[in-house]
Amino acid sequence: MNRRSFLATTAIAALASAAGLPALAADPLKVGFIYVGPVGDMGWSYQHDLGRRAIEAEYGDKVVTTFMESVPEGPDAERALTQLALEGNTLIFATSFGYMDAVMNVAAKFPNVKFEHATGYKSADNVATYDAKFFQGRAIQGTIGGRMTKTNKIGYIGSFPIPEVIQGINAAYIHAKKVNPDVEMKVVWAYTWFDPAKEADAAAALIAEGVDVLLQHTDSTAPQAKAQEAGNVITFGQASDMSAFAPMPRVSSTIDNWAPYYIKRVGAMLDGSWKSEATWGGIDTGMVEIGEISSAVPEEVKAEALALKDKIAAGEYHPFTGPLNKQDGSAWLAEGVMAEDGELAGMNFFVEGITAELPK
Amino acid sequence: MITLIKRPTPSKGWSYATPVVAVLATMVAGGLLFAALGKNPVEAIRVIFWDPLFGANAAYFRSQLLVKAAPLILIASGLAVGFRAGIWNIGAEGQYIIGAICGAAVALSVYPAESAWLFPAMVIAGALGGLLWGMIPALLKTLFGTSEILVSLMLVYVAQNLLAYVAFGPLKNPQGYGFPGSRNLQQYPSAHNPELIAGTGAHWGVMAAIVAVIALYILMHRHIAGFRIRVAGEAPRAARFAGVVPARLVVFCLGLSGALAGLAGLFEVSGPSGQITDSFNAGYGFTAIIVAFLGRLHPLGILLAGLLMALTYIGGDMAQLILQLPAAAIQVFQGMLLFFLLGFDVLTNYRIRIGGARA
Repeated sequence: MNRRSFLATTAIAALASAAGLPALAADPLKVGFIYVGPVGDMGWSYQHDLGRRAIEAEYGDKVVTTFMESVPEGPDAERALTQLALEGNTLIFATSFGYMDAVMNVAAKFPNVKFEHATGYKSADNVATYDAKFFQGRAIQGTIGGRMTKTNKIGYIGSFPIPEVIQGINAAYIHAKKVNPDVEMKVVWAYTWFDPAKEADAAAALIAEGVDVLLQHTDSTAPQAKAQEAGNVITFGQASDMSAFAPMPRVSSTIDNWAPYYIKRVGAMLDGSWKSEATWGGIDTGMVEIGEISSAVPEEVKAEALALKDKIAAGEYHPFTGPLNKQDGSAWLAEGVMAEDGELAGMNFFVEGITAELPK
Repeated sequence: MITLIKRPTPSKGWSYATPVVAVLATMVAGGLLFAALGKNPVEAIRVIFWDPLFGANAAYFRSQLLVKAAPLILIASGLAVGFRAGIWNIGAEGQYIIGAICGAAVALSVYPAESAWLFPAMVIAGALGGLLWGMIPALLKTLFGTSEILVSLMLVYVAQNLLAYVAFGPLKNPQGYGFPGSRNLQQYPSAHNPELIAGTGAHWGVMAAIVAVIALYILMHRHIAGFRIRVAGEAPRAARFAGVVPARLVVFCLGLSGALAGLAGLFEVSGPSGQITDSFNAGYGFTAIIVAFLGRLHPLGILLAGLLMALTYIGGDMAQLILQLPAAAIQVFQGMLLFFLLGFDVLTNYRIRIGGARA
């Protein structure tokens, strides 16, 4: 180091401390992640990790990211989050619903660390929440499925009966029914987000019941493989594109793309404008991406699906627009009324026409 | 040519040495694994075993060590009694879940009433829940001769489904916007199992684990019942002559280990976890089996083994964080421990002779 640059750096350091900035202001921003599953090469946690890598690609030396995978929900998550905070991470993404109370506890202990919790509903001054409107993707899948089914039976592998999944089932059914009034929805609850054996069983059971369109709210490709075996069943990729199964059985997919959001939030940290917010992004923000519609789908159906996607993205159409009734026949949305976000976030009923029973 | 020759009596020296040798072998084999993943093996071992105890922020991690070890020690103490008697309760995970459900159900049924009696009532409910779940394999074994290994293991899956059912149904937080999971007991003062001394991690479950270790020592080494249990395990025929009733022993061992597992579940749900969720159980019931064997089924050994196991979890997380080791490599590392323990255990009962088999 020559004398001149030494002087320059000392001057900057003196200036920085005089201005009350932290002396380490030039240090990179440390960003931590906890994932509920292994990163692997597809699925929920993998998509979050792609977002993490996008941050690194975008900001280079200005950020350092670390992640912890397969962190169980509960006290282990609380410890993992504390570890990340103690290690000097000042922005921490907790990427599973079940981390909610752990995030709140740790956030209370580290008021200067900012937390971002995926899919939760509790927030604080230093806890923001974010989620994606996956039901928009389901509306498109329902349209394709309703047009393409020959048996008029659509199957849905549900993970857990929580609002996000119920939104998905309702959106898929409403849009299948719109293009095919005879369509029927069959639901099997797998009670897991990722378990190839259980998912394969659920897929086999649905296929045996005559389902020829299979939607999954679980992460593995086991249902895709079952559908491929059956030959005449179509499926949709979940969380990741699952393009290995294209063009048949996988005819399209809903991809979780967290990268734009993560880049935006890290940017806000870097320029000091980070605020606690609740974000619920859809196709318009790029958070929900529709994977390529394969050649197995007839051209006119593909065009119809893409038109729907464009209308949703432009905000001209909401997948939950009245008239819609609840399963028990009671009125929900009047003609032309769109569902409010808050109401959808707590959705705990099926819409009229679905015969499956919602576990209570 | 390597020959194994059975020792007339198990070697005392090896019985104490194998856990230590197994830990060392795990470090070596684990080090090789980490090196193969392109990490510095010495640094990885240091991060796992040293940093949580003596590194930066060690005070926090030491407290977490207690939090993580307490349920393991509590469950393993109960299992050790049965294992000594040759009664194999593999279903502590299920008893842990049921204990947590019962204890939490007591609290949630009277929410938001505050009473000093609530927590003791939850403790009793948790122990009873685990005990009754343990009674199922016990009664089936004594009445119909079923295998307690299979029945207790299968009941874990039943318990898991019950857990999902209550988390989505009866115990669901009515103010949780339809999301699964119960109210958080940490925010319900009468039901909360708090840190007794701030910053130490020591909650009632830690106290219970210490008491269990002492009680186990008295039972197994200072009491006639402990003698009977050991004889029953080592020489069942002799035990019968000595007046041990096998059925009573089965009921006692499964009941005791069930009750302790249930207690562990209760302390966890009312303390560190706070909440009944469908993924509440974190595998403590299964890991406790490793702890019991690593501790030679001896109270003091279990105490140390529980702390060591907890250390590999906490250190494993550190290694993930600092060295970005994949979580699966840490799990392999933990699995190696049991593998080497069982492998070296051969030396307790056998001598090795290298060379030809000369009578």
